Amino acid sequence: MDFTEEQIQRYSRHIILPEVGGKGQKKILNARVLLVGAGGLGCPVGYYLAAAGVGTLGIVDSDTIELSNLQRQIAHNTERVGMNKAESAKLTFEALNPDVKVIPIKERLNKDNIMDIIKDYDIVVDGSDNFPTRYLVNDACVLTGKPLVSGAILRFEGQVTTILPGEGHCYRCLFEEPPPPGLVPSCQEAGVLGALPGVIGGLQAMEVLKLIIEKGEPLKNTLLIYDALSAQFRRVKIPKNKNCPVCGENPTITELQDYEADYCQMRF
Amino acid sequence: MEEFKPDRTINIKGLICPYTFVKSKLAIEEMGVGEVLEIILDYPEASRSIPKSMEDHGHKVLKVEKINDTDWVILVRKEHD
Repeated sequence: MDFTEEQIQRYSRHIILPEVGGKGQKKILNARVLLVGAGGLGCPVGYYLAAAGVGTLGIVDSDTIELSNLQRQIAHNTERVGMNKAESAKLTFEALNPDVKVIPIKERLNKDNIMDIIKDYDIVVDGSDNFPTRYLVNDACVLTGKPLVSGAILRFEGQVTTILPGEGHCYRCLFEEPPPPGLVPSCQEAGVLGALPGVIGGLQAMEVLKLIIEKGEPLKNTLLIYDALSAQFRRVKIPKNKNCPVCGENPTITELQDYEADYCQMRF
Repeated sequence: MEEFKPDRTINIKGLICPYTFVKSKLAIEEMGVGEVLEIILDYPEASRSIPKSMEDHGHKVLKVEKINDTDWVILVRKEHD
């Protein structure tokens, strides 16, 4: 595949980088990335991946846009209140870059549909807002060996980690089971400052691009924690747990399970 | 001075930075290690920036020569993939 003149201009600042070049840009154009959620995190991740030229972006979101989303969910807009978020993200990202094919998936992930959805993608990005989805995505990625770039935000704090099944830790190495419902407040209950998902989503997009071009050190076995109020980053080592129920030596979880989604009946 | 026979020639007259280097880089990426790229250009700044950038990227600049009132020829040998 040769670049068009438009592509040479669009990606010139990538091509100039020794670590990317034309070869890296072609990897980006051929990459297939699945975004779980087109909310606070999914919007900036998808925005930057679309700008970078990731050729195929699948976006899973069954929710519709509400006015209260727009303080942070930057791919949507006021006119689109009521529209499905994956559809809205498709409009925004394909307008930014016609090289990108966005596939909206207007479903909620569960143990019966997730394998069929993720099989078409190379890398999965978790920007979900609830623990049942987070654990389901982790388990599905571990069982299929797909890299997972996971992000989470609340109030003024966010975290990012990159899960490379078989090489490093997984989400359950850190927290074996989801917390009991009600223990961890949601964004709706606790709030979130609107630029925070931009910081965390930007870090997730960077992790994805590094995986695609195969450069640098991914956040393997590491949780990167950002505290906005003190403007500090902390790196926490997360060793791979040999007793992990899904990626350990003797896993007890060998098929997917759904946790009841009674964590938060409110919408985000 | 030793003469080098180019394996590939690109004419990027009319282009300005950064597209002078972008085109040169895309061309050399497609070549084999040890092969020589000949670049013909007319953007004065690129006659300095392309050799510097090629060296930064680890390639060997063999020649930079002004060949007439407007044009330069640069020869670069690809040193690595």
